[in-house]
Amino acid sequence: MQTPAAPAPRILPCGDQALSFQIGKDIDAGANARIIALAAALDAAAIPGVMDRVPTYRSLLVRYDPETIRGAVLGARLTALYAELEVGAQGGRLWRVPVLYGGEAGLDLDSLAAEKGLGTEELIALHMGAEYRVYMIGFAPGFAYLGGLPEALHAPRLATPRQLIPAGAVGIGGRQASINSVAGPSGWRFIAGTPVRLFDPARAEPFLLQAGDRVRFERIDVPAFARLAERAAAGSPVISPEAA
Amino acid sequence: MMEVLQPGPMLTVQDRGRFGLRHAGVSAAGPMDAPAFALANALVGNALDAAALEFAGFGGSFRARVDCRIAVTGGTTEVRIGSRIVPSGEAHRARAGDEIHIGPLGGAVWGYLAISGGIAIEPVMGSRATHLRTGVGGVGGAVLKPGIRLPLGSFDPAGPCLAPVHPPRPDPDARAIRVVLGPQDDRFAPETIAHFLSDSFTVTPQRDRMAMVLDGPPLPALGGHDIVSDGTMMGSIQVPGSGQPIVLMAECQTTGGYPKIATVIGADLPRLAQLATGARFRFAAVTWEEAEEIWIAHARALRARLEALRPKPEGVLSSAYLLSCNLVGGIWPPEEVVW
Repeated sequence: MQTPAAPAPRILPCGDQALSFQIGKDIDAGANARIIALAAALDAAAIPGVMDRVPTYRSLLVRYDPETIRGAVLGARLTALYAELEVGAQGGRLWRVPVLYGGEAGLDLDSLAAEKGLGTEELIALHMGAEYRVYMIGFAPGFAYLGGLPEALHAPRLATPRQLIPAGAVGIGGRQASINSVAGPSGWRFIAGTPVRLFDPARAEPFLLQAGDRVRFERIDVPAFARLAERAAAGSPVISPEAA
Repeated sequence: MMEVLQPGPMLTVQDRGRFGLRHAGVSAAGPMDAPAFALANALVGNALDAAALEFAGFGGSFRARVDCRIAVTGGTTEVRIGSRIVPSGEAHRARAGDEIHIGPLGGAVWGYLAISGGIAIEPVMGSRATHLRTGVGGVGGAVLKPGIRLPLGSFDPAGPCLAPVHPPRPDPDARAIRVVLGPQDDRFAPETIAHFLSDSFTVTPQRDRMAMVLDGPPLPALGGHDIVSDGTMMGSIQVPGSGQPIVLMAECQTTGGYPKIATVIGADLPRLAQLATGARFRFAAVTWEEAEEIWIAHARALRARLEALRPKPEGVLSSAYLLSCNLVGGIWPPEEVVW
């Protein structure tokens, strides 16, 4: 059963074919875990008319077909599922993601270390020492928003985004960390790169991470990066998760 | 096979969209004007999940490599097949070798070319829809270039050319674009909401398949224009710090960090998408329940329109065709009579 501290949900319309089931206003691991558990409960309930759901930091967006189920009814079903939710204490699957610090993708490694008054190795040790949580997947296919970044590494985004950051770049945006899943413009600060493709539409399993998973970064050198990048280009996921 | 000779702007392969992967960050993509897209497919006898072409402004030129049926929808335009000039909004036969030219669209921004059999390129993650921003689907995830030959699915070459028996639906431009307030309308003061619902907005040139940027009254958010990112939809009206609202469209990202003052209802999204750059309009609020009723009526009316398509007379004008025409009236959704 939910703890007495669990926030009261709000059901917010998102037009005529979606609603947002929101349980807080801030980034909070507990609320995020409840949202991910609610998404799983909704899947298990297999409610006719539910078309898609997107767990985010503190809300669950649910797309529905109003010809099959009305938003008010769906909201009530979600409220009931939420009330009966069992949220375990254990974390999600653990991914060990190999990264090359600096290099082509880690454009900001030295400047960020200097800005923080840290040695480059100190910054790397801080970044590698933390365990991250995938709060949500969004913005782009397979793009993971990671919480758990040590406070010493929090860094504002660039005023002017860079036009092209490669897929695999490992970045910092405010108090969040990320791994770029597709190439594109970004205002985040990048300190490393991974040869792993978080998103590859040609692969049998196009996506690796899912909301609730845990991530740790493991340092590799240039030859290892090249070797793993070759495997990734050939369609290998390169890494597999440890069960929760 | 249909060959692209000179593509019109933003020419892409689309199907109904890539569904069920929003949780993985995958945008649905799909057509900007879903009813016009569905009509094009239906006119040539395709299933509604078939892939067809979308373009902006004008279609360009193509060459049929096999005998097939084609239909152009979205707006009124002149279609040339070989030396014949034929109307949009109904199916026509093209012979292998015919050059097809689709002129500028009147009264619309987004147009569709459906070909019998549908465009049978390899689906990506269950869909052929092109998502330009991430380069997923379609042909190489990009706009179509001259010389591309598009494979077609199988179809009955003897199948009929269909046309609507009802007159084209009227388009009263002055009608407001209806919204449901929220999910973050509580981030705006009541007087800001009042301006949002009474002042006029202009469609700016900053528009593409992902979003339309509007110009209108300032819409300051209480407590700033950053929220903890949450889910977005086609129709979500984001209000960034610039104060210029951004309506997310077919290719929208799945999550966003701007407060969303309201969401355009599904039934009015096609009309918004088809507004000319520089067009002025107003938003009007409906309740959540009203919006659902409007959608249900809209979906039923669209199905009725598609089911009411009839074979065109070919050669002689057959009396059977004339008798099949409903000459006294059309099937209009009740909400359109009210509005």
